[in-house]
Amino acid sequence: MKCQLCSNPATVHLTDIVQSQKKELHLCQSCAEQHQLVKKQELNLPAILQNLIGQHLGPQTDELARLTCPACGIKYMEFRAQGRLGCPHDYVVFRSGLTPLLQRIHRSDHHVGKTPRRSVLPPEQQAELMDLHRCLQTAIKTEAYEEAARLRDLLRQKDATDESG
Amino acid sequence: MNLDNLTHTSGEWLRGSGPESDIVISSRIRLARNLAAFPFTNRASSGQKSEIEALLRERIAKLELEPKLGYLNVPTLSSLDRQFLVERQLISRELAAADGPRGVALGPPETVSVMVNEEDHLRMQVMRSGFTLDEAWQEIDRVDDLLEQRVTYAFSEEFGYLTACPTNVGTGMRASVMLHLPALEHTKQIEKVFRALQKINLAVRGLYGEGSRASGHFYQISNQVTLGKSETSILNEIHGVIPQIITYERQARTSWLRDNRQGLQDKISRAYGTLCSATMMTSEETMELLSYVRLGINLHLIEDITIPTVNELFIHTQPAHLQKLMGASLDGEERNAARARYLRTRLREAGAHPN
Repeated sequence: MKCQLCSNPATVHLTDIVQSQKKELHLCQSCAEQHQLVKKQELNLPAILQNLIGQHLGPQTDELARLTCPACGIKYMEFRAQGRLGCPHDYVVFRSGLTPLLQRIHRSDHHVGKTPRRSVLPPEQQAELMDLHRCLQTAIKTEAYEEAARLRDLLRQKDATDESG
Repeated sequence: MNLDNLTHTSGEWLRGSGPESDIVISSRIRLARNLAAFPFTNRASSGQKSEIEALLRERIAKLELEPKLGYLNVPTLSSLDRQFLVERQLISRELAAADGPRGVALGPPETVSVMVNEEDHLRMQVMRSGFTLDEAWQEIDRVDDLLEQRVTYAFSEEFGYLTACPTNVGTGMRASVMLHLPALEHTKQIEKVFRALQKINLAVRGLYGEGSRASGHFYQISNQVTLGKSETSILNEIHGVIPQIITYERQARTSWLRDNRQGLQDKISRAYGTLCSATMMTSEETMELLSYVRLGINLHLIEDITIPTVNELFIHTQPAHLQKLMGASLDGEERNAARARYLRTRLREAGAHPN
């Protein structure tokens, strides 16, 4: 079998089955290394994970690739490259990309189990908290103390557990 | 909190007691949690990390726990002290090596540790000696409940506790049981056990977690799935397989004794003899030999030392522990000599071994 990227013999074979659709990747060692799928003859798991994250998306990729989380500023492509999300709100913003990934990792995309005993803030309010904290920091940095005091009051109101700040 | 006080003990997980403690070393559960109001640690600015650290440090100090947790500011610790905490499994290698404001809150009996600004804002763990997952769960669940009253966790009805890495989302729980499996390793049946465990989505790793070798014939078995299963059902799955592995290990020990008692006796005596008389000893060799001595004690082939002593030697001969015990920073060669000297002294004290 020949490498899908050049004409050398393919020695690295990746098979991925998602919702009974099989996807295969056949590469030679040097192309695989170039694409960081293998490193010094060892499997590079983060790279494979990245590749899988990508494969799941198919036609959605373009749309997802343009997404940026308004709360933390991370781009979907950055998440793909690093394998780590930027903030809790990413689970809302990148939902369509994450759901198939979670299916693959956990064979489920829905939480079962412990729930905080206190009522949970809806996602948009959690993102708002993050926004308020960021504004508060900026206000403190620029010595806008009145604004900072206002934001702190607001935070205290929104985040019931924020006892003293 | 004074780390030097910990140096002379062995820590909760090596106490050598609890159910099935001839094979099960310890049970551990960790929960990953994040604050709703901040980006995850890897995306937080240094200012935000300070803010998270200050907030969590203050809230952790207020927890209604007896005894209270002591807090260590990790950046101010020497690299030796950080390594010391890693060896005791009180902090992760990642937390030891990371940058920026971060810390760990520890309970005096070393069962609870709460890491701040690891990959997630909070990584709390409970570790206990023996096969005690249920007790560990009750304790960590309580710590989590207490903390939850004081902070707003990032949580969604759909995905559960939200984490920086999608592999932890949902329960955020990793439960693991550390086993001593010298006989299964000897008979190579261990590979079969691993394959069976992988099929049911349980991971097997070495003593010090991801990527580490199974030195001293120690293996950690833990869940991989965190989403779509409740904490109880995850714990039940682990509960279901551990007794089987314990039975396999006991059977393998019995047949090893039956088929080649003399060979096994010789292996154990040589291990003990080497530990009592060598003048240079690497950490790796020490683990291997102590493992056979541990097996010897459990099979009543060695009578003059106890499991808690051997467990203590496992931890005291790790590089950072050894250097703290010696009160000096030692390079590799010096460590090997100091380790051999320490083992000779301790084993002579412990047993009436000749030589």
